[in-house]
Amino acid sequence: MSENIITYPLIVHLFFSIILMFFWNKVKVQKIVTIIGNFVALGVAIAVFIFTWKNGTHVVNAGNWEAPFGIVFVGDMLSATLILLTAIAGLSVSIFSVISIINARLRFGFFSVYHFLLLGLNGAFLTGDMFNLYVWFEIIIISSFVLISIGGEKNQLEGAVKYFTLNFFGSLIFLTALGVIYGLTGTLNMADVAVKIQQVDNQILIDVCAVLFLTAFAIKSAVFPLNFWLPASYHTPPSAVSAIFAGLLTKVGVYALIRMMTLIFPHDVFLMNVLLVLSVLTIISGSFGAIIQNNIRKVFSFLIICHIGFMIGGLGIFNVLALTGVIFYLIHDIIVKTNLFLIGGLIYRLKSTTNMKNIGGLYKSYPKISLLLLIVLFSLVGVPPLSGFWPKISLFLSSYSTENYWYLGALILGSFITLIVVAKIWSEVFWKNQPELKVSKRFIFFDKLYPIQKWQFVTPIVLLALFSLYIGFGAEHIQSLSERIAEDLYNSQNYIDAVLKP
Amino acid sequence: MEILLAIMTGVLYAAGTYMILRRSIVKLIIGIILFGNGVNLLIFLLGRITKGNPPIISPELKHFTDIYADPIPQALILTSIVISFGLQAFAIILVKRAYKVLKTDDLDMLNTLDEDS
Repeated sequence: MSENIITYPLIVHLFFSIILMFFWNKVKVQKIVTIIGNFVALGVAIAVFIFTWKNGTHVVNAGNWEAPFGIVFVGDMLSATLILLTAIAGLSVSIFSVISIINARLRFGFFSVYHFLLLGLNGAFLTGDMFNLYVWFEIIIISSFVLISIGGEKNQLEGAVKYFTLNFFGSLIFLTALGVIYGLTGTLNMADVAVKIQQVDNQILIDVCAVLFLTAFAIKSAVFPLNFWLPASYHTPPSAVSAIFAGLLTKVGVYALIRMMTLIFPHDVFLMNVLLVLSVLTIISGSFGAIIQNNIRKVFSFLIICHIGFMIGGLGIFNVLALTGVIFYLIHDIIVKTNLFLIGGLIYRLKSTTNMKNIGGLYKSYPKISLLLLIVLFSLVGVPPLSGFWPKISLFLSSYSTENYWYLGALILGSFITLIVVAKIWSEVFWKNQPELKVSKRFIFFDKLYPIQKWQFVTPIVLLALFSLYIGFGAEHIQSLSERIAEDLYNSQNYIDAVLKP
Repeated sequence: MEILLAIMTGVLYAAGTYMILRRSIVKLIIGIILFGNGVNLLIFLLGRITKGNPPIISPELKHFTDIYADPIPQALILTSIVISFGLQAFAIILVKRAYKVLKTDDLDMLNTLDEDS
C-alpha cells in the first residue's frame, strides 16, 4: 500500500484546484489557500523523494490492472527528483504570483488553473504509459493556454496565438507517433513497448516513429528548427507565469525525450546523431539570439533555448557520464530559469520596464538586491563553484572522450556567450547611470510598497537562490544523485523489470 | 477498406498542413481540426480493422479463439476526440478575441512583439 505515496502529489494538486474553485471571487482566501496547498505539495514531494531514495523504483497499477494492460505510475529517482523540483519551483512562483499579479487576473481562477498545471506536470513525470503521457501533456498545455492568455492584453493574445498553434500541433504529432507505435507493437505501456520494439523487424518504421516522437518533444522543449514560438510568447504573460513556464514546461519536453531515448530507442545511432546536430544548432541559435535582444525577458527566453541545447546534446552522446551531466544540468536549470523570470518581474517592479536601454543604476540604489541577483546570474553562467559549473564538467569530459568535438565547441561557445550576455545585463542594468524614465502615474514602484510586500517579492527569489547555492556548494550530493539516476536510465532493464515483474 | 482509409488519412494530413500554412487565422484553426481528424483516423487504421467481430466472447470460453476487433484504438480515439474538442473550442474563442483586440486576421501582421524590443 505504501507505494501509493507516489500518487499523492497528484491528489494534493487536484484537491486544491477544486477547493480554489469554491472561492472563485474571494481573491484573498484564494491567495492563502494556494500557498498552503503548495506547502503541502512540497511536504508530499519531499516524502515521495525520501521514499523513492530508500526503496528504489516502485510501481502503482491504477485500478489494480496488471502492468501491460492497465495504466501504471512509476516512481523512479528521476521522477521523484523532478517532482521535488516542481514543488520547490511551484511554491516560489505561487508566493511571487500572490504579490505580483493583479487581482483582476486572479479573479478569473488563476490559482485554480495554476494547480491544474502543476497536476499535469507531476502526472507527466510519474506516468509509465504513453497515452497517459499524452493526456498529461494535454492537461499541461490547456492550463498553460489559460495562464498565458488570462488578462487578454494585446501582446498576450498575440503571443498566445503563436504558443497555442505550435503546442497543439506538437500534440497532434505526438498522437501520430503514438498511433504508429501502437500499430508496431500493440501496446502503450512504456516498459512493454521497450521490450516489444526489439522484436520488430521493420527498422525504417521504428526510425520514422522515433523522428515523430523527436519532433513532438522538440516542439515542446524548443529545440532548434522548432524553437521560434518560445521567444515570441514567453515574455508576454506576467512574470510569475513565464517563470513557471520557463522553469518547467520546456523541461517536461526534455524529460519526455530522456525517457524515450533511454527506454524505447536506446543506442539508436541515427537518433543520437540527429540529437547531436540539433543540439549544436540549438545552442548557436539560442545564444546568438540572446546577444542582440534588449528586452531582459526576451534575453532570458533565448537563453532557455541555448541551455536546452546543452541537455539535448548530452542525451545524444548517451553514456552514463553524459547522462549524469544532463540530469545535473536539468536540476540546475529548472531552479535557475524559474528564478531568472522572477528576477525579470522584480526588475519590472523596480523600474517599470524590462527594456535594458531604459534601465540603469540598480546597483547604486539597491545594492543588496543586486548582490542577490548576482548570485543567480553567476549560477546561470556557471562560475565555479556555483551550480552551473558542475554539470558542465561531466558534459565536457563525456563529449571529449567520445570525440564529439562539434558539441564540445558549441558547449564552450554557449557558455561563453551566456557570460557575455550576463556581463551585458550587468553593465546595462546595474552599472550604467539611470537614463530618463518615462513614468506612468498609476505604476506602483517597489519603494512605495509596504515592507511585507517587499519581502513577498524578494522571498521567492531568495528561496530559489539558496537552493542554487546548495546545488553549487553541495555539488557532491547532487552529483551522486545524478549518477544514480543516470545509472538507472542507462540500464533500463531495472525499470522494465520493476514495471512488468517477470 | 484499408487502402481507402489510408488515402483518406493522407489527404486529411495534407489538407491540414496546407491550411495551417495559410495566412488567415481562421484557416489555421480549420487546418488544425483537419489534421486532428487525420490523426484519429490513423490510430483507427493502425489498430487493425476487423469487421463484424466485437471482442465479446461467450461465457463458456476462457480465451479468444478468433481474431476480434481491438477496443483500445477506439478508446484512444474517443479520448483524443474529447481533448481536441476542448482545445478547438478554446482556440475558436482565442482567435475571436485576438481578432477583436488586434483587428487583423492575417498571421503575418502579428509581429508587433518583434518590433518593440
